[in-house]
Amino acid sequence: MTTGYLLQQLINGLVMGSVYALVAVGFSMIYGIVRLINFAHGDVLMVCAFSAFAVLLVFGLPLWAAVLAVLTVGAILAMLIDLVAFRPQRAAPQVNGFITSLGVAILMQNLAVLLLSGQPRPFNLPTWLRTNLDVLGARMTVLEVVTVGLTLAVLAGLLFFVRRTRLGIAMRATAENPTAARLMGVRVNRAISTAFALGGALAGLAGLLWAGRAGQIDPLMGFVPGLKAFVAAVIGGVGSLAGAVLGGYLLGFAEVFFVGLLPPGYGSFRDAFVFGLLILILLVLPNGLLGRPAEERA
Amino acid sequence: MRLPMHSLGRHHLAWGLIAAGAVALVAYAEGHLSGYERTVLGFAGIYAMLAISLSFSNGLTGLFSLGHPAFMMVGGYVAAILTFPANRKGFMLPGLPDWLATVQWPLFPATLAGGLAAALVAAVVGFPVLRLRGHYLAVATLGLIVILRTVVNNANDVTRGALGLNGIPRHTDLWWILAWLAVALLVCWRLKHSSVGRSLLAIRENEMAAACMGVPRARAKLAAFALGAFFAGVGGALWAHLLTNLTPGSFGITLAFMLVVMVVVGGSGSLVGAALAAVAVTLLGEALRPLEQAAGAYGLVQILIALLLIATLLLRPQGFFGSAEPSFLRPRPRAGAADPGAPGPHSRAEEREMSP
Repeated sequence: MTTGYLLQQLINGLVMGSVYALVAVGFSMIYGIVRLINFAHGDVLMVCAFSAFAVLLVFGLPLWAAVLAVLTVGAILAMLIDLVAFRPQRAAPQVNGFITSLGVAILMQNLAVLLLSGQPRPFNLPTWLRTNLDVLGARMTVLEVVTVGLTLAVLAGLLFFVRRTRLGIAMRATAENPTAARLMGVRVNRAISTAFALGGALAGLAGLLWAGRAGQIDPLMGFVPGLKAFVAAVIGGVGSLAGAVLGGYLLGFAEVFFVGLLPPGYGSFRDAFVFGLLILILLVLPNGLLGRPAEERA
Repeated sequence: MRLPMHSLGRHHLAWGLIAAGAVALVAYAEGHLSGYERTVLGFAGIYAMLAISLSFSNGLTGLFSLGHPAFMMVGGYVAAILTFPANRKGFMLPGLPDWLATVQWPLFPATLAGGLAAALVAAVVGFPVLRLRGHYLAVATLGLIVILRTVVNNANDVTRGALGLNGIPRHTDLWWILAWLAVALLVCWRLKHSSVGRSLLAIRENEMAAACMGVPRARAKLAAFALGAFFAGVGGALWAHLLTNLTPGSFGITLAFMLVVMVVVGGSGSLVGAALAAVAVTLLGEALRPLEQAAGAYGLVQILIALLLIATLLLRPQGFFGSAEPSFLRPRPRAGAADPGAPGPHSRAEEREMSP
């Protein structure tokens, strides 16, 4: 095994991990604030990928318009889903929200199949993003460099927002204790909507990057990233943003090394491996790497 | 002490009528209906059985497992391999060990073996996994689906992988389905209305309080989980011998979703409610399928089912029957006896309020 090969695998892991981290952070943020496992998160990503497709390849607009489109569509869609499906049942048992999100996910997938057809469509980003660069003997496309850089920048911005701004502090207060936050004058519903909007926008960005990497989009494309984001969030500790980022990168590296370093015949076991890892981690560290233990009261 | 002779009540009459009606329906269907119509009815029955078992294992304990399709897959493949014609096993499934390659069982022992295999998997998996709470369990069981599917997909010599196993003998008829449906309903009903059922309900309402009252929560949850898996395995076995083919792709998230819809719409913990919802959803989906195909509007049925689920959760979150059974099927309560299905003063709606 050469250093070049190893470096190539490292880069692949870094790129996959970045996309997972983007999706997982939004997922974890939503869980942290409303204790909801949002199964429809991956399908927001899918809708955003389709809107990028419309902007770039149907209307022929430049790339910045597509970025703007995925951010807006993701934010608005996620907020709308919350408003219509989740907000009316905040007082219901947690598992009801999860089941609702399952219904929303199936609804969105099938609406997309109905309206846009289930056939995959080619999704090509501008050629300059697809040119290869040489990084110390390993190859990396411009898109991959952008993916990693953009992810790190966005995550840094997010951390700043959550830690330093008034709205971010309101979000953290709501996550800590919604009732107490409301009593302190925090606009709880606005904080929750913000979390959904941010999560949706991040998922949208991930959708653009994911579609660009895969080279095609289809109505069921959100399932795998959604599920992987969940795994990443759980590994890191659901509710912890830093944990979600860590989980995303760990998952990305673990997957790439599993496929890249084991004999080729085992490649098809990748998803089984991911879930095996998930179950193992849940058993050993039920709160993930950076999560806080849930209170148990009678 | 109530002797059965003296207590023949309204609910016995209702059950008798239902049983007679079901037998009459099956007798008529087996004699007069087309193969397609019998298959649809068969699926309605299998789904009803699956929904009953899921409503029991999920609804009563408050566990949220999505693992039913995984257990169906285990039951289906085990049973199909056992009944598969021995003379064709050699070239279809070359990876089977000799003692499996030469056997050719009839349906009943094969379904039983399928159910037991599924229950065994559930017991082994459940032992660690059932310690997880709420949605963690949901995702771990979803992971179980993915893991088992990957295994089946890659075990080409034993399951024919993604190609699917076809040419399974069509042993399942409506009588078998009715019989297993009755067994599932009877077992789950008796358990629900026994001390076991009350232990499970106690776990659902407040796990720690239940543990403090001496309910063996790990054992009770594992037993409920394994029982649900047993009937899922039997359902998978019946399914395999009704459809005559099996592909790992059939047992995925969509199937898990359908079963969840049936249980939620019928009422988590309500056996009859889940069964009725299962029959309604199956027949409705099948009735709309020609429309879906004629209009080219693929996905329409799924959209309607998803909307039904969301509307139920928003407007009537406890489902149609809640955790209770229809009153005409229950004995009149004796003075002072509480209805085990009725939500107590501290129902789960207060969960969030109690632990923010």
